[in-house]
Amino acid sequence: MSWTQVSYTYDGSFSGFLTCVYESYRHKEAPAAFSTPEDPRISLYPERPVKSDPAKARQVYLSLARKISPSARELVTLGFLTCAEERELLLWNYIWYGYARGRAAGYDLSDPRVAALEKAVRHLRNEVHLFKGFLRFSDLDGVLAGEIEPKNRVLPLLRPHFCARYPDEDFLIYDRTHREALFHQKGSWAILPLEQFTLGEAKEEERGYRALWRRFYTTISIEGRENPRCRMSHMPKRYWNIMTEFQEDAPVPAGRPVSPPPLSLPT
Amino acid sequence: MELMDKLTILADAAKYDAACTSSGLSRGGRPGKLGSTMASGCCHSFSADGRCISLLKVLLTNVCAYDCQYCVNRRSNDVPRASFTPRELCELTIGFYRRNYIEGLFLSSAVLRDADYTTERMIETLTLLRREYGFGGYIHAKAIPGADPLLTHRLGLLSDRLSVNIELPSEQSLALLAPDKAKTAILSPMAQIRDSIAHSRQELTQYRGAPRFAPAGQSTQMIIGATPESDRHILSLTQGLYDRYQLKRVFYSAYMPVSNSRLLPAPQSFRPPLLREHRLYQADWLLRFYHFRVEELLDESHPDLDPRVDPKCTWALRHMDFFPVEVRTADYEALLRVPGVGVKSARRILTARRAGPLSFEGLKRLGVVLKRAQYFLTCGGKMLDGLRVRPDRILGHLAAQERPMLLQTMPEQLSLFDPVT
Repeated sequence: MSWTQVSYTYDGSFSGFLTCVYESYRHKEAPAAFSTPEDPRISLYPERPVKSDPAKARQVYLSLARKISPSARELVTLGFLTCAEERELLLWNYIWYGYARGRAAGYDLSDPRVAALEKAVRHLRNEVHLFKGFLRFSDLDGVLAGEIEPKNRVLPLLRPHFCARYPDEDFLIYDRTHREALFHQKGSWAILPLEQFTLGEAKEEERGYRALWRRFYTTISIEGRENPRCRMSHMPKRYWNIMTEFQEDAPVPAGRPVSPPPLSLPT
Repeated sequence: MELMDKLTILADAAKYDAACTSSGLSRGGRPGKLGSTMASGCCHSFSADGRCISLLKVLLTNVCAYDCQYCVNRRSNDVPRASFTPRELCELTIGFYRRNYIEGLFLSSAVLRDADYTTERMIETLTLLRREYGFGGYIHAKAIPGADPLLTHRLGLLSDRLSVNIELPSEQSLALLAPDKAKTAILSPMAQIRDSIAHSRQELTQYRGAPRFAPAGQSTQMIIGATPESDRHILSLTQGLYDRYQLKRVFYSAYMPVSNSRLLPAPQSFRPPLLREHRLYQADWLLRFYHFRVEELLDESHPDLDPRVDPKCTWALRHMDFFPVEVRTADYEALLRVPGVGVKSARRILTARRAGPLSFEGLKRLGVVLKRAQYFLTCGGKMLDGLRVRPDRILGHLAAQERPMLLQTMPEQLSLFDPVT
């Protein structure tokens, strides 16, 4: 590659990144680094600030499907949500290779550029799948609230799953790592930045269900087959901090009955 | 009795059932309903024994009229007994489901009074859950052998998956240990379920609104190690069940010493055959996804699976003339026969080959693990550089790779990403 190398500064959005791709082809410059307000970099290369431009971004976005393949475009879109180191460079290298090779880039899985992006996206997809199971909600006055601490930005991919699962519920999922939240209310949803979020105090019914779940969790295990390593390989410890079964509720203030509180059941 | 105590007793009574998958059906949510299902299934937690927790697995009641020797809930066993009311169980399921603890309900039951009465109680519970609570999540129900076919049919219309437990791998063992159950009483509901599923599929092709009968298929489980059957016998039975009854899964459950009966291994010195269970699951996978037949894996001179290495390795070592397989030209079937190459790896190799010739370096980048595969593959006619192994030493190398894993007790109920079949 004989293009001059520059360092790009953009706003950190996907459309901003696609504008960078556009600019790099227009000026025949290869990116050496990407700098965003979230993740500022100091580079010795000349700097080119890029202003996000929807029209240019759209042009690049359409070209990905046309010049490479629709699945390559999906891969790039998902790749932007991953936590891969230097993910913009990874994506740019993939796009560069894809424009040169066309459709074949889609199945050239042994090329280092393709393999690196595929691997990052696999990690993302895997994490999404795990959070579909490991996420825990608490019922706070009729609103379901849950917190996660993912490595990748999983909320856009969790969204269709949970919206289909709880069509009539109001719920909120807070992503501690990227400080954003998915809100779902009356059938419509939004993913918005949210600086801080703390779960409120659990009510008696909520505590009751948590206690029941913990009891179920310990009861269902067969003592004679205990296998902590197997559990850990399926469910790594970094997920445990959000899971009800590994937490304990603070004791109920004096004067009130201690768990298990009876559930109110209509007869 | 408090709900907490009931849950403890009835989950404890259900835990020896191995099946806990929620796979095989993709159903989106609908407004006004609660819940959806996904084809790959979803594990919500893993218990301390490393098994997946996907469904709320409980018995409706553990009050049992039968006296099966291998079962904790047998009539003659002195354990606390409890029953859920339908509403209690519905509240519990919905409460857990809303909090994303579970993917659905696994409803089983001891035989209270008789099979018909038990099935009616299960239908009552599931009707309440589906209709009044609008539950759209996964339901796995146990069909009770001996129940009226019409009742089993109604149960299937409410469930996503049905299962009838075959319990023990042979008729003699069944007659000895479960005097109240007969082989025919187990196989006839299985055949009925198979036919109802086929019929429902057929109807669905004609009109969309046709009632769906157990759309995620049926499964079964058997207990391993309580009786003297060989692996060959067990796997032949399994193959027969897949071929003739179109089962989705057969589960194996290593016998846990829950009884002092003289007919069973004495609990004091008995160690559950966890490694054997693991090898059976591996062989089961070969039958379902790798186009193997039992006759290829085991024969009269080899009635049991080799505990040292997995069944595919055993097969490969007995058929060294089939190897090495050339990565650049071999077809899908041949790639699947290579130890260490799975369905995903084989597919990725086929895809990557369209772009150009593969090298060992490229294989690694694809994500193919060469640890075992290296002994059986060539790339462009060459083995991996630096690999010098005499054919008769390969077994030693393969067994050495597995040994550290075997020292700990075996994992497995490979249920995460249980693929759709």
